Amino acid sequence: MNKRFQGTENYVATPDLMLAVNAAITLQRPLLIKGEPGTGKTMLAEEVAAALNMPLIQWHIKSTTKAQQGLYEYDAVSRLRDSQLGDSKVKDIANYIVKGVLWQAFEQTEPGVVLIDEIDKADIEFPNDLLRELDRMEFHVYETRETIRAVKRPLVIITSNNEKELPDAFLRRCFFHYIKFPDRDTMAQIVNVHYPTLKKDLLKEALEVFFGLRDVPGLKKKPSTSELIDWLKLLVAEDIPPEALRSKDQKVSVPPLHGALLKNEQDVHLFERLVFMARNNR
Amino acid sequence: MLIDFFLHLKAKKLPVSTREYLTLLEAMKAGVIGHSIDDFYFLARTSLVKDETNYDKFDQAFGEYFKGVQAIPGLEADIPEDWLKAMMKKHLTPEERAKLEKMGWDKLMEEFKKRLEEQKKRHEGGNKWIGTGGTSPFGNGGTNPEGIRIGGPSAGNRTAVKVWENREYRNLDDHIELGTRNIKVALRRLRRFAREGAQDELDLDNTIAGTARNAGWLDIKMRPERHNKVKVLLFLDIGGSMDDHIKVCEELFSAAKTEFKHLEHFYFHNCLYDYVWKDNYRRHNERTNVWDLLHKYGEDYKVIFVGDATMSPYEVLQPGGSVEYSNEEAGATWLQRVLDTWPHAIWLNPEPERLWEYRHSIDIIRTIFGNRMFPLTLDGLARGMRELNK
Repeated sequence: MNKRFQGTENYVATPDLMLAVNAAITLQRPLLIKGEPGTGKTMLAEEVAAALNMPLIQWHIKSTTKAQQGLYEYDAVSRLRDSQLGDSKVKDIANYIVKGVLWQAFEQTEPGVVLIDEIDKADIEFPNDLLRELDRMEFHVYETRETIRAVKRPLVIITSNNEKELPDAFLRRCFFHYIKFPDRDTMAQIVNVHYPTLKKDLLKEALEVFFGLRDVPGLKKKPSTSELIDWLKLLVAEDIPPEALRSKDQKVSVPPLHGALLKNEQDVHLFERLVFMARNNR
Repeated sequence: MLIDFFLHLKAKKLPVSTREYLTLLEAMKAGVIGHSIDDFYFLARTSLVKDETNYDKFDQAFGEYFKGVQAIPGLEADIPEDWLKAMMKKHLTPEERAKLEKMGWDKLMEEFKKRLEEQKKRHEGGNKWIGTGGTSPFGNGGTNPEGIRIGGPSAGNRTAVKVWENREYRNLDDHIELGTRNIKVALRRLRRFAREGAQDELDLDNTIAGTARNAGWLDIKMRPERHNKVKVLLFLDIGGSMDDHIKVCEELFSAAKTEFKHLEHFYFHNCLYDYVWKDNYRRHNERTNVWDLLHKYGEDYKVIFVGDATMSPYEVLQPGGSVEYSNEEAGATWLQRVLDTWPHAIWLNPEPERLWEYRHSIDIIRTIFGNRMFPLTLDGLARGMRELNK
């Protein structure tokens, strides 16, 4: 596996992120990605898979997800039902083992990308339960007494939103990368990738408003990249002229379609109050 | 060479392990990076640092070790002069700017850089080095009119120029969540699982037994899923002498919040009297009568008080002893009432246990609580949880 990830047409990767991905590919260790919501953590796995032409297997974690579910589950109810019907399948327990995400990934003859999304949503012990499985890429199926081993070690990408801390033993086995919020230049690049035809002056004004909004103190949720992209989409769709965004000189105003940027009524309220205060000061 | 680098990181209190160090070497051997210090910086960071709160520490340690290598990203911003100048224009009044010229901007920055290099350790007081207090123009809490403030909470007189935010990841440091994992594990002892709610889980054992009783006809039994059903009331002492313990309390609170589904918290000051409040900013407007709590929450709630119990004994024993208002009944009466309503109650004290016997008020409250006072350490927490589970 000596492919290298260089970013894609749809995804702007910073050099340090590319290096982290390549280190994880080369050494076949999991890569843990953290960062503000909306900085493209989940998208990274999709883009890596697309760029390196590897199949992507996703595992989205919920608060009720158990580590075992990623390996396999024993479907006792079906077996019980089949036994009532006298189905001959019943004799072989292997017919009732349902393969989980990791099992499917281990079976692939070509190395794939496994995305374990939002690992911090799960129970606090969840990462510990997967230590050996991710390290050795093998596990034991108790019911059929067989050991499943990865044919080709997949690239495991794990994302976390920092809701819970991850145990040290788990962290030690991963590469780690924190996706920093993009600066103005990177942001312009990202927007370019999404809207190549966007007018230059509109983009400039929009970024101005956007970063200004991110600097407003006390916002519950700062607008992120994905919100900026959505907002621009709306601006383009509504055909808002760049001048409409530039209102600082005459009067301070709420930017048009701000609902795409601020997702929280307290934030909108706070913002409107600030704008109101700014106006009164003039 | 890299062994020294590794030991240097370790000496700088970065939580690096041998395993991670070997990973770094392995990656270098596998040719993940070319021969550039930038690449090496990124690789070392991704393999050795596993928490963005440590990025800042790593940047510093890396910079120190590879002194003289200029092109390290993140450290170029060490002296962000442009930024500082821009901030100065924005925030300083013309008079202030004039004052600044007493020393001159360039000279100030130059001196500053020089001292940064000279200075080895944290420094307090004095008139030359960067540190806290003192009259040097650098550091925080100082009184020199043209000082540059470096990190730290601002001093009352606010004469330092502006806070010096040098490194990019600085604001990620000291996240409250840091170090709460151990606390959570201790709090887990309090868990008590019970089955409640919709029956959505297959009860395998019962199904088999039922099926056998049915002479082989399938008899599916369902049961509700297990939930942690412990209910907790948390009373937190806030303000005054508790300010010293704010960090550990925040950690406890943030850990408890995610660990229990039924958690109610209230604040009080020094000792419990008629009123508690939920939001410390609105403590005078939105108070809750303790009687309401006593009636509202059933006796299956477990009660945890967190406070240093350090006050004048009158505040506990005398009616009207409260430092805030005139209370009709003594704090001790209220505490006793709480204990009568909720038999499972403990007091967690952030003060070290060895100091308890020297403070009269601690002794009084401990007696009221029937010795169920525990230090706010992992061990104390574990003991407290065992007590609550009895």
